[in-house]
Amino acid sequence: MRAKLMAGLLSTVAALTLAGAAMADDKVVKIGALSDQSSLYADVGGPGSTLAAQMAAEDSGLIAKGWKIEVISGDHQNKPDIGSNIARQWLDIDKVDVIVDVPNSGVALAVNNIVKEKNAVYLNSGAASSDLTNAQCSPNTVHWTYDTYMLAHGTGGALVKAGGDTWYFLTADYAFGAALERDTTAVINASGGRVVGGVKHPLNTSDFSSFLLQAQASKAKIIGLANAGGDTTNSIKQASEFGIVAGGQKLAALLLFISDVHALGLNVAQGLNFTETFYWDTNDQTRAFAKRFSERMKNKQMPTMVHAGVYAALVHYFKTLDQMGGNSRDGAKIVEKMKSMPTDDPLFGKGEIQPNGRAIHPAYLFEVKKPSESKGPWDYYKLVATIPADQAFTPLADSKCALLKK
Amino acid sequence: MDINLQALFAQLLVGLINGSFYALLSLGLAVIFGMLNIINFAHGALYMMGAFCAYFLLNVLGIGYWYALIIAPIVVGLFGILLERTMLQWLSGLDHLYGLLLTFGLGLIIQGVFQNYFGSSGLPYAIPEELRGGINLGFMFLPVYRGWVVVFSLAVCLLTWFLIERTQLGAYLRAATENPTLVRAFGINVPRMITLTYGLGVGLAALAGVLSAPINQVRPLMGADLIIVVFAVVVIGGMGSIMGSIITGFALGIIEGLTKYFYPEASNTVVFVLMVLVLLIKPAGLTGRTA
Amino acid sequence: MTSITENAMPVGRRAIRDEMIAFGIMTAVLMALPFTGVYPFFVMQGLCFALLACAFNLLIGYGGLLSFGHAMFLGTAGYVTGHALKVWGLPPELGIIAGTAAAAALGVLTGLIAIRRQGIYFAMITLALAQLMYFVYLQAPFTHGEDGIQGIPQGHLFGFINLSNPTTLYFVVLAGFLFGFLIIYRAINSPFGEVLKAIRENEPRAISLGYRTDHYKLLAFVLSATLAGFAGSLKVFVAQNASLTDVHWTMSGEIVLMTLVGGLGTVFGPVVGAFVIIAMQQYLAGFGQWVTVIQGAIFVICVLTFRRGVVGEIAHYFKRSL
Repeated sequence: MRAKLMAGLLSTVAALTLAGAAMADDKVVKIGALSDQSSLYADVGGPGSTLAAQMAAEDSGLIAKGWKIEVISGDHQNKPDIGSNIARQWLDIDKVDVIVDVPNSGVALAVNNIVKEKNAVYLNSGAASSDLTNAQCSPNTVHWTYDTYMLAHGTGGALVKAGGDTWYFLTADYAFGAALERDTTAVINASGGRVVGGVKHPLNTSDFSSFLLQAQASKAKIIGLANAGGDTTNSIKQASEFGIVAGGQKLAALLLFISDVHALGLNVAQGLNFTETFYWDTNDQTRAFAKRFSERMKNKQMPTMVHAGVYAALVHYFKTLDQMGGNSRDGAKIVEKMKSMPTDDPLFGKGEIQPNGRAIHPAYLFEVKKPSESKGPWDYYKLVATIPADQAFTPLADSKCALLKK
Repeated sequence: MDINLQALFAQLLVGLINGSFYALLSLGLAVIFGMLNIINFAHGALYMMGAFCAYFLLNVLGIGYWYALIIAPIVVGLFGILLERTMLQWLSGLDHLYGLLLTFGLGLIIQGVFQNYFGSSGLPYAIPEELRGGINLGFMFLPVYRGWVVVFSLAVCLLTWFLIERTQLGAYLRAATENPTLVRAFGINVPRMITLTYGLGVGLAALAGVLSAPINQVRPLMGADLIIVVFAVVVIGGMGSIMGSIITGFALGIIEGLTKYFYPEASNTVVFVLMVLVLLIKPAGLTGRTA
Repeated sequence: MTSITENAMPVGRRAIRDEMIAFGIMTAVLMALPFTGVYPFFVMQGLCFALLACAFNLLIGYGGLLSFGHAMFLGTAGYVTGHALKVWGLPPELGIIAGTAAAAALGVLTGLIAIRRQGIYFAMITLALAQLMYFVYLQAPFTHGEDGIQGIPQGHLFGFINLSNPTTLYFVVLAGFLFGFLIIYRAINSPFGEVLKAIRENEPRAISLGYRTDHYKLLAFVLSATLAGFAGSLKVFVAQNASLTDVHWTMSGEIVLMTLVGGLGTVFGPVVGAFVIIAMQQYLAGFGQWVTVIQGAIFVICVLTFRRGVVGEIAHYFKRSL
């Protein structure tokens, strides 16, 4: 049994080494889309991110110039172990140049370390942790799309300005929830609002009724949901059951994707406020991209902001490679060059990458439409406020990134 | 901390609702354990199937909630009977742990298949028209549906208790648990009784699934974490009596509700802590015989 | 009623000789592996899980106690070792000792509670305790919740063995594995192991013979927990992170599966089982959630038709002890 297993292993390794030897050319790029392909974040990233990477490769114009671009995908199953194994193997054996997407902060941070160690390129779009460009920043990493700081500031700041000056928090009791609550509280206080209370709930709670009752009793104008995924959708659903929105309180989901709104349905989700950096129905360019994207998706879904981020980050990466005239395979150098060029892509518009690796672009506060306002499938959001790029993300002065202290 | 009596009552009531689910699920486990002597690890997955069954009935066949309450337990119960006939029955005579391992594997398969087809984020199931809205009780706003869950599941629990403890059929069941050979000698088909019992236990799980569909998102992993809590409930209550598992289920729901009020961070762990305490003081569980 | 382990153990000189030969082959293969070009991280991971499965097997295979919560020892040791290396800056050897000791302490606490019941109750209690620990680690600040402890430095063992060199690390992990393996082997062939087997076969009889069975069961539980913790500490150096995955109940299920596939109550079964399952996860990773389905199917097939496991079947066929 053992001998057979090892023989199998040996042949696989041999095959992989051969494939590696064949790629000596410097106009070859291999992209690894590492995501959760089948579980919690599969609709947010998953197969859509692989597609977005392919579309970026096709749209880059590099193929016509004689480049060879290959996209492979992997499923990290939300386990840091499996994620780092795949990343290590991709970089060691499969000669992958750039790893994209990687939702789930735990996996994202694990991959961050490996990419730095192997000097490759890491374009993260799926993870929320602002640590990627803060305490744990790396010269090989660009973080696109969103992070906890931006979610907190976008939603918190804009809602207080719109009159929602008393808040009550429902917070998932772990690092992510705590970070969201802390950052949002800071911005609420700074904008003249007040937090009247909050309750921490355990992760993956199926019943929110008692927490919602406490929130209802607090009479706060806004109930902030500092949680994610199933916790957010369940609390929203149960809030509608307890008549919270009907009773005049507003729900602010601090992290919500369009795929969640789709799953909840407009009946339940209407009136929700939250921040995203991309919505398919923003302008002609985003609509054109979304149309092409959803036609090629198996379930015909519209792109989420994570998908858009994968696309946009790669567009900028390809532009950089084109300027450099070849793939030097020196990750840190490529990322440095990426930072030196302003970004401009059809989905996020003009922006830049800060020295700590944070890509900055405008963010938008949305409200979910009432069913009567929606004109068709996926017509879900109306724009409430736009947060300019320079205010949406952590100010460089507050960043603890070691790259800034040169 | 100032204790707000109104809020406290509200939490007690909410706890009772969760207790209904614990009671229904631990009751199903106890019924199965009584006859088959196995812990049905697939219980959580079958609970999830009940909820999905309701979802399909509504969205594919247009059959509403009230019929789903009857149809889903029957469909999932039949599926359970199929499992028992094709697999579980071959384990009689082996160590009970094999039953646990087999049902654990079955649970993984069922969950994995649903996850592949429906992802993890879950599907919505609307509250039936008749049970929408809520009543203002003065101390809280009680959604009608939640009240219905408590009343209905209590009724089902008591009915099951009556069936097993107070009827002729139940008497056979209990006798077959104690001494299958003797009961067989009376001309009663014991294997068929075992099969039907498994179907009944599974049906109870599916019923709980249908009840929870309008409250929670219908999602493949909805049963996975719940079942571990129910295991702790079962350890606390002991599996000696049907009534014991019903009472423990409701009681733990209430205790959990209180914890959510006084110390919400611990509300996920309180059941396990209680289990540890009960094991230290009364190793056989509150109502159980020693296994 | 048949016992959970159908792999009856012939004792005697021939059994010992067979096992020694098998041990020699296993060691030789593992020593040679890094020079064959096999991806070392895969094998190192396999070794850690192999040791973990062996530790688990000590309880189920020789004590008849099915623990459904062994992930808590793996995870606890991982977190403590990770924290010790990264935050306290301890050298690797002290980090390993700290992690293993933490798992041992947890083993004593949970063991005292769990051994109060047998059979399926024991399984349910260990599962519930592990879930309790899961929630504790989810909320404890030092574990960093969902993010886990990342980028743990590997450091220099005893001050001069550089663990960031993959080949060096491989031999250190291999040495650790063999060390743990031999402890377990020694334990099951000692008088202690014999008493354990007697308890498994018939506990009332063992009690009537004057053995304080609870003491033996607790000792076996703590030993198993400690070695599972040791595996968890070693794993930190391979994965360089410690995360919630390692304390989740699915991990406990995987440990059971590895041992079941390899053969409950066989000496080498858990090692083979661990490599089979790890290889499966690695090469089927592209199938996503279907891996869960396949794992479930393996559980079902093993229980229905293949209860002796791979090594158990081989041993049974050749009438040898492996």
